[in-house]
Amino acid sequence: MIDYELSSDLAATREQLHMVAKHAMRPIARDYDEREHETPWDFINMMWQLSKNSGVGPGRESRDRTEPRMEERNLRTCIAVEELSWGDAGLYLAMAGPGLGGAAVMAAGTPEQKERFLSRFKGDKPVWSAMAITEPAAGSDSAAIQTTAVRDGDHWVLNGTKIFCTSGLMAGDPSKSNGFVVVWATVDRSAGRAGIKSFIVDAGTPGMTVAKCEDKMGIRASDTAMLVFEDCRIPLDHILGSPDVPKTSEGFKGVMATFDATRPIVAASAIGVGRAALDFLREELTRQNIPIRYGMAVHNLSVIERDFMDMEANLQAARLLTWRAAWMMDRGQKNNLEASMAKAKAGLVVTQVTQKAVEILGPLGYSRDTLLEKWMRDAKINDIFEGTQQINMLIIARRILGYSSKELS
Amino acid sequence: MVNFELDEEQQLIRDTVASFARDEIRPRAREADEKGQIPADLIEKGWSLGLVQSIVPEQFGGAGSSRSAITGAVIAEELAYGDLAIAMHLLAPRLVAVPVLELGTDALRRSVLPRFCGERFEPASAAVMEPRMDFDAMAPALTLRRDGNSYALSGEKCFVPVGNEARQFLVLASLVNGIEAPHPRALLIDRETPGLVIGERERNMGLKALVTTRLAFDDCRVSEDKLLQGGHAGIMRLASLWRVAQSAMAVGVAHAAFDYAREYAKERRAFGQAIAQKQAIAFMLADMAMEVDAMRLLTWEAAWKLDRNEDATREAHLAKRYTADMALKITDNAVQVLGGHGYIRDHLVELFLRNARSFAMLEGLAIA
Repeated sequence: MIDYELSSDLAATREQLHMVAKHAMRPIARDYDEREHETPWDFINMMWQLSKNSGVGPGRESRDRTEPRMEERNLRTCIAVEELSWGDAGLYLAMAGPGLGGAAVMAAGTPEQKERFLSRFKGDKPVWSAMAITEPAAGSDSAAIQTTAVRDGDHWVLNGTKIFCTSGLMAGDPSKSNGFVVVWATVDRSAGRAGIKSFIVDAGTPGMTVAKCEDKMGIRASDTAMLVFEDCRIPLDHILGSPDVPKTSEGFKGVMATFDATRPIVAASAIGVGRAALDFLREELTRQNIPIRYGMAVHNLSVIERDFMDMEANLQAARLLTWRAAWMMDRGQKNNLEASMAKAKAGLVVTQVTQKAVEILGPLGYSRDTLLEKWMRDAKINDIFEGTQQINMLIIARRILGYSSKELS
Repeated sequence: MVNFELDEEQQLIRDTVASFARDEIRPRAREADEKGQIPADLIEKGWSLGLVQSIVPEQFGGAGSSRSAITGAVIAEELAYGDLAIAMHLLAPRLVAVPVLELGTDALRRSVLPRFCGERFEPASAAVMEPRMDFDAMAPALTLRRDGNSYALSGEKCFVPVGNEARQFLVLASLVNGIEAPHPRALLIDRETPGLVIGERERNMGLKALVTTRLAFDDCRVSEDKLLQGGHAGIMRLASLWRVAQSAMAVGVAHAAFDYAREYAKERRAFGQAIAQKQAIAFMLADMAMEVDAMRLLTWEAAWKLDRNEDATREAHLAKRYTADMALKITDNAVQVLGGHGYIRDHLVELFLRNARSFAMLEGLAIA
């Protein structure tokens, strides 16, 4: 039965996190954008305590991940992330929690690994985990990574360089947290995709170095790190999934399945930023007595009204695609196609919506006195990370055409 | 609690209508467009599906199924997947039945609704649009004036579907009483009413299988009991129900164009492989698939609000705007995927494009 209304539980989550976004994130958003590479510890600690005490926030999601049967888990995450990103996308990304590394452990780890690594997120101090896939010479083509994992007695030995690792500093530097990084590496280059495995590397493991943090266009409150692995030795049982190299690329598909869970979350974050821009634009138009008249014949609408309605409809279209992808996952349905649709649409839409809002408001939109120009800079990352718009279109195309990656490359 | 799945009854209706659209409507869409005529047996077959009778309460001779805008949207989408012009013809009787059900007095329901429960197709229609560029459904130029115990209609309507046969029309006019500002009212009018002149058949770019006519009202008299109730909110609700149905039809046409282009692109070879294996084509198809889903989700949201008896003016407006734009973009891209062949009338995509061009202009051609 079709229903677009959030359950009262999710509506309450949204309400609470909206207050957090409005009162704890917005006031410091500009500051941490200007002071890149400074960690917003007060905010991080507050959110960690809040999630422990009230059961609200991404910290709650971390605990929920260990309770896989929980109803509406993925949709709840999307609702929460949209609100927090409405507050500030950079601060949301900077928050402690299992993040993408935790998602990978949840998706591919053994029960023992889940218990061992995810229990860290139940402690008193903030903990991060991160996911290291991209390399200087391998972005979208994640099967082309060069980082190697070689078995040596009781250990795996990692060598290679990873870049663009979100929260790589907080997860990988032991002075920041007792975190871990999930690292993609190949155990057999000649095997191609089938040889790619993921490994859990604890913060402070000798041989793993946080080499630098990138200077970025937006989401500056969140660190984006380069990690270098030089003969980095980790225990054998830190591999996620089987160490065997199968004849087919099934294993790689399993690793890629993590994205089915994370892409709707990125889409939700994008939508939060887009909504922030649209809300701001609506308030400004109201202040200037420019109405948005729904139901009016198109000839009588101003250009601004038309633009606004298009932005609004596109944003809602992206939100509904996102909710659907999360809802399917909550029902245990395969959502690979739908997750890519949500991500591709949301990334594109918020890029356009925020840029249009800056255009409509002219000098007011371009000024650093308000947050709109920042949201435009923040929004763009959603069109890129966790699979660019184009990679997601490629996935959609393969699915609707029934093509393998060989048939459509 | 969020749920994007149709209930079992809706799924059954969708499957039934979808089979009819694919097996019966689609094979005859091209010929109907060329001849400007829908085969009579197809219309009767469509009528026998009970898509109109089912929503009429039992006391008036119908099946008394629970009526829902979502179900209406599902039906409209699936029929339009077969062919838009034929879908509009088959659903035209709803243009009278639904407004009377929603906003008619009991007396009007008793007199009108039983007509829609017979064995044969009951032609009925709505006269909403007007032949001017700045037409606004909520501010019709057709005037309605009180004169003693009756009302007088003066003005002109256009794009009235099934206008050559319809036995009654829902008409949207501006009530001018000299006290309040002119405001829209909906009323029913019989074909035989003196002063009502049914014009010649219109010649349109698309929807050629659908007969549309102009209507001229020359001091045409209507009794008060033919006026629908519900005030301004009632009119806005009707408008939202029209927009939901048209949005759903846009989804159907876009989906049809997407499917057609996809199948062609997998067959057609160039440079040693199927053109669907080229990203330039594959990405167009991926975009179509994504947008068809987005269009449907927006349409259902507006329908869902209407089913909860909430004001859906904003949602229906946005859905209509979005789906009209996207249906045009998708059908245009479908022609583009077929290249030169898409321009030739041997293929259906040019018909989809001509039909889809109508969505941005239409008001009141279908109702959910």
